[in-house]
Amino acid sequence: MEINKDLIAASSTPIVLAILAEADSYGYAILQRVRELSGGRMEWTDGMLYPVLHRLERLGYVEARWEVAESGRKRKYYGITGPGRAQLAEERRQWEAVDATLKGIFQALFSPLPSFHAAPAAPLLQGA
Amino acid sequence: MATPEYAASLDEQIDRWRSYLRRRQAIHSVDVAELEDHLREQIAGLTASGLASDEAFLIAVKRLGDLDSLSREFAREHSERLWKQLVVSPVESDEAKAWVRKEAVVAFALAVAAAMLIKLPALFGLDLDENAGFYARNVTFFVLPLLTGYFAWKRGLRQSRLGGLAAVFVVAAIFANIYPFTPGGSTEALTALHLPIVLWLVTGVAYAGSRWKEVSGRMDFIRFTGEFFIYYVLIALGGGVLTAFMAMIFQSIGMDIEPFFESWLLPCGAIGGVIIASWLVEAKQSVVENMAPVLTRLFTPLFAAVLITFLGTIVLTGRGINIERDLLIGFDLLMVVVLALLLYSVSARDPQAPPGAFDVVQVVLVVSALLVDAVALAAIAARITEFGFTPNRVAALGENVILLINLAWSAVLYIRFLRRRGTFSAVEKWQTDYIPVYVTWAAIVVIAFPIIFRFT
Repeated sequence: MEINKDLIAASSTPIVLAILAEADSYGYAILQRVRELSGGRMEWTDGMLYPVLHRLERLGYVEARWEVAESGRKRKYYGITGPGRAQLAEERRQWEAVDATLKGIFQALFSPLPSFHAAPAAPLLQGA
Repeated sequence: MATPEYAASLDEQIDRWRSYLRRRQAIHSVDVAELEDHLREQIAGLTASGLASDEAFLIAVKRLGDLDSLSREFAREHSERLWKQLVVSPVESDEAKAWVRKEAVVAFALAVAAAMLIKLPALFGLDLDENAGFYARNVTFFVLPLLTGYFAWKRGLRQSRLGGLAAVFVVAAIFANIYPFTPGGSTEALTALHLPIVLWLVTGVAYAGSRWKEVSGRMDFIRFTGEFFIYYVLIALGGGVLTAFMAMIFQSIGMDIEPFFESWLLPCGAIGGVIIASWLVEAKQSVVENMAPVLTRLFTPLFAAVLITFLGTIVLTGRGINIERDLLIGFDLLMVVVLALLLYSVSARDPQAPPGAFDVVQVVLVVSALLVDAVALAAIAARITEFGFTPNRVAALGENVILLINLAWSAVLYIRFLRRRGTFSAVEKWQTDYIPVYVTWAAIVVIAFPIIFRFT
């Protein structure tokens, strides 16, 4: 299953903020964490994370600092700020509202789940 | 793990990748460093799981995403870099070169058209000498519609929006010409001064195109305005030098060029220069972009020094500001200059840099300008009843209050930004949100003042 681009883009802000709320982190590790959390279902194009981080930094939701990592290279670490936490709480409320809405309608639609799946699937299989 | 040869070739590959990335205007070297750290970490992870380093390099680069869309994302986030990107990147393909040439041709054609338009009324017996009022009120109509058309063409503006802009021009032309102004009166002069402000914004809507509703689109327009001003002044200076030489060499053969200069060179040059300056800003932004920060660095301390000396002198000598004549307009211009210095230095500033001595100077400049203006305002407020409400004074007073509010809140936001309590985007947003205030006031001056003050 691949999640479509719009959903990935829309969810990037709360995901990045939430990961940074766990602990300060840097680009590569954030992407690893996303993979881990989504069980590999959310595939971000690695580079695209950085413009997102820079936008959050400009909006004051995260703060960045350069540190020398254990590898001896300079590495840019990001940490969440007060306004960032407030934004995360706000995003959470919005996503929960979306989630609740979808759950409600999906439950109404798909509650007789087995019969719904069986009907369209059968002729397709025969055709193939 | 990797052999030394492998390691060397990997470093070479990364070097090549890095220099390729650096050519992208939208990705700055700090970002390249960040991305390189990512790339190296990714390669290390992949080689640890058994891949050869060159394979790991390829996969890591591929995962980073295609460079075109990556630099587009960077440019979208850092719109001040997009500003350069717009100009610099297209010149790579033949098609893009053709476009640049086409744009130059269009700009020059429009400049010539504007220069001819300004001479058109003379054909109908409206000479510049005898109808100075008509020209002063209408001068913008000879050039800004063309400039708006240029941007509308360049940005591919929608028909409906273009229609709206055209309607504003028509309405403005009606207001500029239906009132029975007293020749040489203040309200006529005020209309001549304020109409360009309103119409410049109309041009701005075309300039920003579909990005007018966004902060970054309006901010680009503010930058454009500043750079347009610098280019226009440069063109005017060049024109002055050209004219001086022309006068001198023709003088040597006993010919006086003054009539030609007054009725052709000056009006046509001044009008055509508007289009040429706009086109230059579009085509050569990076030149001025490097000049403006230098100018602000140079003049911010000088202005601050002058204002502080002025305040000190007032305090020490106890002299009051003498606003017998319409000096207030001078203080308005001072506020505009201080605001421009603030805007330019903030927009040229690296938001990551810690506050330094220059930021202190900046704050000192803004605060001292606020104090000076407050003193001037107090002086005029105390004696306004004595002087009476002339149109000039009311207009200047209104502008002064508008600018004072803007500058005061800008100062608060700037100080917050320096103390890391606020963001730079707040300063930008405040400026871009404030644009309609100027326009509304200018529109009031154009539409209501002549009636209120009986066309005097």
